[in-house]
Amino acid sequence: MGETKGKTLNGKSVIKFVSDHAIIFLIILLALYTWINSQNFVSPDNLGNLISNVAPRFIIACGVSGCLITKGTDLSAGRQVGLAACLAAMMQQTLDYSARVFDWMPDMPWFAALLITLAVMAIFGAINGCVIAFLKVPPFIATLGMQTLVYGLCQIITGNQPIGGFKESYRALASGNFFSNALGNYARLLPYLLLPALLVGLFMWFLYNKTRHGKYMYAIGGNESAAQVAGVNVSASLIRIYILASVLYALAGFLIGSKAGGASTATGTGYELEAIAACTIGGVSVNGGVGKVSGILVGVLVFEVLKICLQFLRFDPAYTYIAQGLVIIVAVALDLRKYLAKK
Amino acid sequence: MSEYRLEMRGVVKTFPGVKALDHAQLNLRPGTVHALMGENGAGKSTLMKCMFGIYHMDEGEVIYEGEKVQIKGPLDALNRGIAMVHQELQPIPERSIGENIYVGRYPTKKYGPVTVIDHAKMYEDAAAVLKEVHLNFDPKAKLGSLSVSQMQLVEIAKAVSADCKVLILDEPTSSLTAAEVEALFTIVNELRERGVSIVYISHKMDEILRISDEVTIMRDGQYIGTWDAKGLTTDFIITKMVGRELSNLYPQRENVPGEVVFEVEDFTSINPRSFRHASFNVRKGEILGVAGLVGAQRTELMEGLFGLRSHTTGKITYQGKELKITQPKDAINSGIAMLTEDRRATGILGVLSIADNVSIASLNQYLIGGIMLDDGKIEQLVQDNVAKLSIKTPSSKTQIQSLSGGNQQKVLISRWLANDPDVFILDEPTRGIDVGAKYEIYCIIADLAKQGKSVIMISSEMSELIGMSDRIMVMCDGRVTGFIDGQEANQENIMALATQFE
Repeated sequence: MGETKGKTLNGKSVIKFVSDHAIIFLIILLALYTWINSQNFVSPDNLGNLISNVAPRFIIACGVSGCLITKGTDLSAGRQVGLAACLAAMMQQTLDYSARVFDWMPDMPWFAALLITLAVMAIFGAINGCVIAFLKVPPFIATLGMQTLVYGLCQIITGNQPIGGFKESYRALASGNFFSNALGNYARLLPYLLLPALLVGLFMWFLYNKTRHGKYMYAIGGNESAAQVAGVNVSASLIRIYILASVLYALAGFLIGSKAGGASTATGTGYELEAIAACTIGGVSVNGGVGKVSGILVGVLVFEVLKICLQFLRFDPAYTYIAQGLVIIVAVALDLRKYLAKK
Repeated sequence: MSEYRLEMRGVVKTFPGVKALDHAQLNLRPGTVHALMGENGAGKSTLMKCMFGIYHMDEGEVIYEGEKVQIKGPLDALNRGIAMVHQELQPIPERSIGENIYVGRYPTKKYGPVTVIDHAKMYEDAAAVLKEVHLNFDPKAKLGSLSVSQMQLVEIAKAVSADCKVLILDEPTSSLTAAEVEALFTIVNELRERGVSIVYISHKMDEILRISDEVTIMRDGQYIGTWDAKGLTTDFIITKMVGRELSNLYPQRENVPGEVVFEVEDFTSINPRSFRHASFNVRKGEILGVAGLVGAQRTELMEGLFGLRSHTTGKITYQGKELKITQPKDAINSGIAMLTEDRRATGILGVLSIADNVSIASLNQYLIGGIMLDDGKIEQLVQDNVAKLSIKTPSSKTQIQSLSGGNQQKVLISRWLANDPDVFILDEPTRGIDVGAKYEIYCIIADLAKQGKSVIMISSEMSELIGMSDRIMVMCDGRVTGFIDGQEANQENIMALATQFE
């Protein structure tokens, strides 16, 4: 690989590389500008904050990536994260908290709550997958419906009230840092949240590159009819992809609840768009069949850096939304342009 | 003013990996039918798409009515009086016949500043145009309510409605019955008398010799020559099209058909208009050719056997054992492989690598510990096949879509070889492949049969069927109408069975 790249390295290919990754380069420039023009941009606090923000979003983006690679999408991601956070929150309230949602809920260790959350959310993924694979509802519509449905469910079980009063053991999961005694303030660069994100990343890399499931996923995205002719069980693969996606949202929701110290129906709102945007910036093609885990990480990182930069440059949050929206549109346009040029 | 209505000179068009047109030319006189002939992949359709503005040529010029023109797109072509009836129809079945005729150029009327579509005028005009080509359809009926051949005639009506001076007919009779062909010829003759120049693309020699005034032959994207149709013989045309004697077009086959191994009995589709009561068998080491006109349901029957389409009744047995096939996976596990007709749509995984394309159907064989894929084993498989089938590719990581058609086909054959199947179903295995690569594919097919595989080969090229098959099964309108021994097969006895309509 390296060799062939070296051979073709000339002015034209450099320009093509830069224009194919225009957004990434622009945001690196923006980060440099922010670094020069503001204080504390590169500080353990700020970078630690960045890492803590990236970790759960990377997990969500990994979930959505399978849907995108198979030419689908999952618009219910954000709401599923919210529901998962609320579920976990209800199971991890302290027993003496006055506003417990379910007073009959027994005390349980955090990993039991995690497993239950993952299992419950997997059902929603299975429904998404079945609707898409068997009823042939376009993923956009199927998951849009699921988005609204999950939101309604979340309102019912929470009674539309924010949930707080978490046990310390749950809270500490996402707010602590490794080696905080030895490293002092620099430990902020190693939040506990890094570990699940790292494990998910490794798992997804293995799954996408070294297993049949991964190969079938890319094949379906590349050409669903051809994959079927080659003997791929397309329906089973799609269902697995959507279940895995929901399990990852559940994990992210569990961590986000812990980190925020509270959960409500608003938790996770809009996360699906951020995740889809991050995937696209990171080279997951909306045309299907293409996408790497490393790319997804870069995409999430770039998107979060953009947000932090605008915050440091003291832009009104309203402008931040405008910038994010533009980045999403431009990222997809650039991605499609790569494929149009080949025709 | 020159004697020609339209001239195309020195046309070059390149697609990734293929030079589709290499200084092609065409000279059309007014009021004539000009046949354009050549093998599949000779560049006829590409040349016509350049004339019609669907493709932009890399080099060359078009001179229309004495002026050099640049045709920007289909709408531009239509406005200049050039119309085309495509080989593959692009119907909008859910809209009315009238709308299909006038799509993109609807008659309009104005309500003050607002321009709306004048439906009354559109249907009136559509009715008139349909009458002109002797069609008795209600212009308000849905296009989808017509049969494929009727849609083809509507497509011709659409071309006529453009009041064209040049009309391109790309294989117009491929799905028409004999009576409909006569109706079409009447229309073509009327148009010729009106002074329209007609480009007529077809593979059917008798039609060409009957209807055309001049014949231009192309081969491998190049212009071979133009002749007066009077006095041309079929042999002369084929020799010019193929460019060499027919005898050495196909490899010497050394396969010896053995006992019957694969049997199909009374196979019937769930779609009443598709294949029904099909029964046939294939021997070990035999190449069974499958002939038929477009619409004979050959592809549908084979896709049914492979589990891509549903059937109501029917029994498939291999070596006396009944096979239960409801999806391609079952067929693959039963030792059947299928190369589909449309390589792009249902064969290649375009953006994926050669390695992924070769290994996708046999991943179960390369597992370590039941979970992890052994990349080394896969690479070995790819390298073996690249060497064995002489696939020309820079590396096993190259995207398959950047290879030429012939090499893509070899990759797909490798995919199936990895499973070591007993029965190969090949649907148009040489479609869109250039002549040199075709010969290599024939050698591979002959070799499969020699190894004792049973090969079923659908082809629309008569000479290919006759040259490669031990036996030919002929289908017509969903039924198997007969079998012909490979030695005795010729154009006439195949066509007789292929047109045996009920």
